Amino acid sequence: MSLLKLENLSVTFGNFRAVDQISYSVNEGEVLGIVGESGSGKSVSSLSLMGLIDYPGKVSADELTFMDQDLLSMPEAQRRKITGSDIAMIFQDPMTSLNPCFTVGYQIIEALKTHQGGTKKELKKRAIELLTLVGIPAPETRLSAYPHQLSGGMSQRVMIAIAIACNPKLLIADEPTTALDVTIQAQIIDLLIDLQEQKQMGLVLITHDLALVAEVAHRVIVMYAGQIVESGPASEVFSAPQHPYTQALLASLPESAAGKARLEALPGVVPGQYDRPKGCLLSPRCPYATDHCRNVEPASQGPLERQVKCHTPLNAQGRPAA
Amino acid sequence: MSQELVLNAHNLKQHYEVKQGFLKPDATVKAVDGVSFTLEKGKTLAVVGESGCGKSTLGRMLTMIETPTDGQLNFLGEDLLALSKEQQKELRQKIQIIFQNPYGSLNPRKKIGSILEEPLVINTNLSKAERKAKAMEMMSKVGLKPEHYDRYPHMFSGGQRQRIAIARGLMLDPEVIVADEPVSALDVSVQAQVLNLMMDLQQEFGLSYVFISHDLSVVEHIADEVMVMYLGKVVEHGTCEEVFTNPKHPYTQALLSSTPQLSSEKRRQRIKLKGELPSPLNPPSGCAFHGRCQYANDRCRTEGPVLRTTDEAHLIACHAVEENRLTEVSGAA
Repeated sequence: MSLLKLENLSVTFGNFRAVDQISYSVNEGEVLGIVGESGSGKSVSSLSLMGLIDYPGKVSADELTFMDQDLLSMPEAQRRKITGSDIAMIFQDPMTSLNPCFTVGYQIIEALKTHQGGTKKELKKRAIELLTLVGIPAPETRLSAYPHQLSGGMSQRVMIAIAIACNPKLLIADEPTTALDVTIQAQIIDLLIDLQEQKQMGLVLITHDLALVAEVAHRVIVMYAGQIVESGPASEVFSAPQHPYTQALLASLPESAAGKARLEALPGVVPGQYDRPKGCLLSPRCPYATDHCRNVEPASQGPLERQVKCHTPLNAQGRPAA
Repeated sequence: MSQELVLNAHNLKQHYEVKQGFLKPDATVKAVDGVSFTLEKGKTLAVVGESGCGKSTLGRMLTMIETPTDGQLNFLGEDLLALSKEQQKELRQKIQIIFQNPYGSLNPRKKIGSILEEPLVINTNLSKAERKAKAMEMMSKVGLKPEHYDRYPHMFSGGQRQRIAIARGLMLDPEVIVADEPVSALDVSVQAQVLNLMMDLQQEFGLSYVFISHDLSVVEHIADEVMVMYLGKVVEHGTCEEVFTNPKHPYTQALLSSTPQLSSEKRRQRIKLKGELPSPLNPPSGCAFHGRCQYANDRCRTEGPVLRTTDEAHLIACHAVEENRLTEVSGAA
């Protein structure tokens, strides 16, 4: 069953479209990876799902539904009941997303109290359960610890505990391990995937680490400058990319250049607010760009489960199908 | 093949005294505790490890931003630590550093031109026109356009800023560049551009790099030699190929297996490490890694291992490797 469905979601700040008409859905028990470089709109799109875009940002969509409830038209109070309990989010930097003035226990119980309620004793018991679940040793004593007393990995575990406190159906993890070391990253990702499988949650994993997505995601969405340029099953997208951007991203990873002296670098950078090109947004950087690409914006094509936004998608040999 | 030796560090140490509060005795943090290595001309030595393992402190000592508490540091045959301030200043020009965060390491109130010329103003007697010519030349070498000369750092993207930082490091024709996580703040496509640039410049100028990084896939690509650090000590040191294809130390193995891999064939069986890096204020007895190591036994808990050669040019500090205990546990598991 499809948990979350969005159709042509856009987020605009004044004249600037940070997220440009993206559509996707997340099913129960599915891990969806969203990859892209900084400035590609992956974080803004997830913040908009949580209703965290403030004025002057504007969110518009043809459809934005969670379990068949329209998130955009429902009253604020009702939406607040869903976000934080049924849809939860883990942010990138665990050190700054916890409030330094309150204990870990207080912050976990706050989430529980808002959405579920219960006596003090029950809440405390549940908080200890949660800390045990995310693998924090000596949870009883940790409840009274302040965030500065925890390491980065521990803080991220606490963030996960807060996020899963109300048994969410959909968990959005925005770069959950970017600030962490690789061995700790492995621990946190294992934990997230274990929890996701146990509870059959939908998990949206937003990251710039392609290899990480390749390892854990079922489906993957590649974003570039606010648009979805390619989507499909993770194994297919990574083994046979159809969009030149995906191909270039994969080729620029050092592990793809084993034995070669030089890395395949994509020239230029992601266009910003003021230098959006006409036509296809990748055209100034794309090795295959034609005049047609520079003037006309391509539409997404292909079957629903394997879409690519390119005039000349790449074939299995990695060349444009003429 | 005897190569020209550029940098030779012997038993470098950096210990900090830390106040623990009123009435409590000061504690010592051994940020770097006895690191030795040699660096040949035109080669790249990578220093890898998790945050807090002392790799950045090592970089700061090599550039003499911090004076080591103990040890020897030879640069082109001269003992840097024994020289007078004047002579040190002379030689320090030849060891330059590139910092991790290009957003923090460029002065926002200076134009690119003056950022690049500042090292020349301080250290040389070149005229204004000569300085400008040199800055322009360096800008074209790192792929910046002449019109960038009069711009401020905020007008540049992260990748361009890192190019500026690299150009600044190269202004005094250094022999050694210490690159402290030069690409970790950059996106992959830009990261590839900057890495290519660094490799091109290495060829052109015959530079030697000390490349500090936590990203093993980058290290595998760029390094000739790899040094793995854990809590201030070197645990494994060998050629890049040796360390990546045949890692011996349990920590190196765990690091490599934790790094996500794109292709499923290259994925190693994940070795799960328990816990986190222990506090350097209160390091464990014996081998610093024993609390997280699946091979640890009583000897590891009491006696610290020293670096020893297993075969040529591959150094490992581990009792389990020395006693050949590694295979038993993994075979049983």
